[in-house]
Amino acid sequence: MQEILQYLFSGITNGAIYAVIAVGFSMLYSSTELINFAHGEFVMLGALSMVTLAAGFGWPLVPAFVLTVAAVGMAGLLFERLAIRPVRQPDHIVLIIITVGASIFLRGLGMLIWGKDAYSMQPFSDHPPIDVAGAKLLAQSIWILVIVMALTAGLHLFYRRTLTGKAMSACAVSKKAAWIVGIPTKWMVLLAFALATAMGAVAGAIIAPVTMSSYDMGTVLGLKGFCAAMLGGLGSLWGAILGGFLLGILEALGVGFVSSGLKDATAFVLLLLVLYVRPQGIIGSAEVKRF
Amino acid sequence: MGDRSQKIIYAVFVLAVILLGWGIDNAYYLQMLIFIGINTLLALSLNMLMGYAGQISLGHAAFYGIGAYVTAILTATYQVPPLLSLPAAVCMAMFVAWIVGIPTLRLSGYYLGMGTLGFGMIVHIVFREWSSVTGGASGFVGIPPLTAGPLTFDSERHYFFLVWTVVLLAIIMCRRIIDSRVGRALRAIHDGEKAAAAVGVDTKKLKLQVFVLSAGMAALAGFLYAHLIYFISPGTFGFVTSIRIVTMVVIGGMASIWGSLFGASLLTLLPEWLHAFSEFEMVVYGLILMTVMIFLPRGLTRGLLDIYERYRKNNDR
Amino acid sequence: MNATAKTMTDNAALLEIKGVDKKFGGVNALRDIGFCLNQGSITGLIGPNGAGKTTLFNLITGVFPADRGEIRFKGRPVNRCRVHELVRLGIARTFQNVELFENMTVLENILVGLHTRTKCGMLESMLRFPRTIREEKKAMTRATELLEFVGLQKYMHQRSSDLPFGWQRLLELARALAAEPGLLLLDEPAAGLNMSETRELGELIKQIKDQGITILLVEHDMSLTMSISEKIVVLDQGKKIAEGPPRTVQSDETVMAAYLGKAKK
Ligand SMILES: Nc1ncnc2c1ncn2[C@@H]1O[C@H](COP(=O)(O)OP(=O)(O)OP(=O)(O)O)[C@@H](O)[C@H]1O
Ligand SMILES: [Mg+2]
Repeated sequence: MQEILQYLFSGITNGAIYAVIAVGFSMLYSSTELINFAHGEFVMLGALSMVTLAAGFGWPLVPAFVLTVAAVGMAGLLFERLAIRPVRQPDHIVLIIITVGASIFLRGLGMLIWGKDAYSMQPFSDHPPIDVAGAKLLAQSIWILVIVMALTAGLHLFYRRTLTGKAMSACAVSKKAAWIVGIPTKWMVLLAFALATAMGAVAGAIIAPVTMSSYDMGTVLGLKGFCAAMLGGLGSLWGAILGGFLLGILEALGVGFVSSGLKDATAFVLLLLVLYVRPQGIIGSAEVKRF
Repeated sequence: MGDRSQKIIYAVFVLAVILLGWGIDNAYYLQMLIFIGINTLLALSLNMLMGYAGQISLGHAAFYGIGAYVTAILTATYQVPPLLSLPAAVCMAMFVAWIVGIPTLRLSGYYLGMGTLGFGMIVHIVFREWSSVTGGASGFVGIPPLTAGPLTFDSERHYFFLVWTVVLLAIIMCRRIIDSRVGRALRAIHDGEKAAAAVGVDTKKLKLQVFVLSAGMAALAGFLYAHLIYFISPGTFGFVTSIRIVTMVVIGGMASIWGSLFGASLLTLLPEWLHAFSEFEMVVYGLILMTVMIFLPRGLTRGLLDIYERYRKNNDR
Repeated sequence: MNATAKTMTDNAALLEIKGVDKKFGGVNALRDIGFCLNQGSITGLIGPNGAGKTTLFNLITGVFPADRGEIRFKGRPVNRCRVHELVRLGIARTFQNVELFENMTVLENILVGLHTRTKCGMLESMLRFPRTIREEKKAMTRATELLEFVGLQKYMHQRSSDLPFGWQRLLELARALAAEPGLLLLDEPAAGLNMSETRELGELIKQIKDQGITILLVEHDMSLTMSISEKIVVLDQGKKIAEGPPRTVQSDETVMAAYLGKAKK
């Protein structure tokens, strides 16, 4: 029982991270129909910037966090302007290669700036772990969960309540129609990139205290976040959240009860299952290109 | 391309291979050329699937790996002669492709990309975790050199000729497929699956066939790789390799056989050249990929040809 | 009475459609449609936009199955057949929005059209037997003939997307003919053609009919449809509202109402 609970805690923590990364994928996909293979690298940038600002320069957490997220969001903006908008022939193979190229570039950049070392930082607060029926829940896990929940609520309100959010949802349904009713779709795409990469940065910043951050941490995180997004239903906010937590929990239970080597396989087995059986994801409604 | 000019090109190709094979004494250069050959096979195999039939695969390294691991296990663990492990390796990859292809090829676009990616990752994890058979993360050692009856391919030069003979045969086979009824049907699927079906092409079956063929070729490349290096490890057959194969095809030029050769050469040599940049290697590599795709989405060969043609047209006017 | 029954059996129907329904979500695209196409005839299928004509084509060619009802081709039910199987059986079509293989040459488009009439498979193409080469030559001859028939032989090495629109339609027609169909479905073949092109198209369609090919023609150009069809079937909002010789259909009140009602809106 205690063991299960312990696995569950670590699953939920990881799941929250996957959820945030998945939200980034979903957001971008729903307004641009693009899957950004470099998304994981933005997570890496977020984690390493956070470590540098908070641990390296000794900044207080809040400004470090804000600056990290803002800076990575800016990087996302630049990415859209420089690498995506000029694309002459935006078919999916070309876009896949471009974003893969970007991921290699960013990884290289990460290595240039931070070298090949792995970095760690102090948790956001130094409360001792909480004891729940014998299982330990780290304070940072609570931070992560709280931040993720607040973020989700914020995004939900943004999409439902604000004009910009509604405009973005409109773009997601039909870019052309949105353009006709006067929504500046180009700005919306830009905004989607900024928000999605900022999501990646948030994910990076909040796991920095519980993992070792290095220039090559992004790929696996990105792929798993993507699996989570698919699992829940690509293009749906709540789907991404659900997919993230589900993946995190299943993975943790897999490690606990089968073998740790299988941890990475869980995500991909789930991915294949979803694609074969229910490509629109658990709660997704996006139309799937399937003949 | 006319039949005649094709023969001339083949003749030039054979001549070049012979000259390089006899002319170069430096083992390092020979090995580079062998790698180019193996990568050409990989690029060619994916080009049939992606360039011609328009079906993306982000997990092609899996078949490359299956070819390498099957022959490694058979020859080293069970002392099967390589001549027998070759068909076993190729057939195994084709069989896996067949099983996986049936559900996966029903997907298209990003979803197909993701399906093949997931498959590739799973195979990679199997190589890494099934250590009792594959040697696990630390790799598989002790793969014997290639022997076929009285022939032993243990020198670089011999291996060079072997690999490039295989490449030549593969190029001829692919060329023949492309120029045939089947090849036209494949390209038709690429241009429009709906229209292809409407003229009577069994798109499902044909996609599966080309996927299986492509897997077989990739496995052949894996076989050659294993017996060249004598040592294989899972890292060689992961996501990064799959992407590299896609890149070779795209940079060289989709739906272009000689483009595959060019793309494979470039991507084998580029990292070597970029070593000069040491620290900047990845940054430069990423930049090149992005730039080519942004400005020449049809690949370097096609793209440069297009530019040349536009230039000529402008001058004519 | 006896006489009509006799002609019915003599002119065995090539295609029989009985009680066919098709829904897309809440839209009743087709409701209880039924009619027959006689061997060797030209039938016009008309109706205002969104009447369900293309949907009916998609049902006949097996793109998706009907929700209810039966379609028989040469006497056998074909509801469950897949698209390419139906082509092999002898149903060919063109598309409303021309669907050519854009990156292939004009000639190659026709050669793909010959897919069901040639055999060479993957393995055979690699080994290239004498038989393979013979087949390829024969296909080439046939393709050239077809291109001559529609008058595009001069352009056979051009990329099909480089052709002017009207010629693209002709190419698509020739590609459909390459399958040697017994039944040819044409979806608005004259859309986007000018007057003289339309007239030439009418001539071509008549020639195709004279080769014994049955034709079902969807066309908004009434003068073309009325002049070459022996029978007209009218759809409106998924229902068949009239069927008969052009003259009677033209003066049918429900048909007028369907078109005029539409026009008024
Ligand atoms: N694949 C589909 N999914 C959903 N609805 C469809 C689909 N195909 C057709 N429809 C709907 O079915 C109805 C009939 O469409 P159809 O294309 O058959 O009309 P049509 O008679 O060919 O019109 P047009 O003259 O404009 O070509 C329309 O309301 C259309 O929106
Ligand atoms: Mg229509």
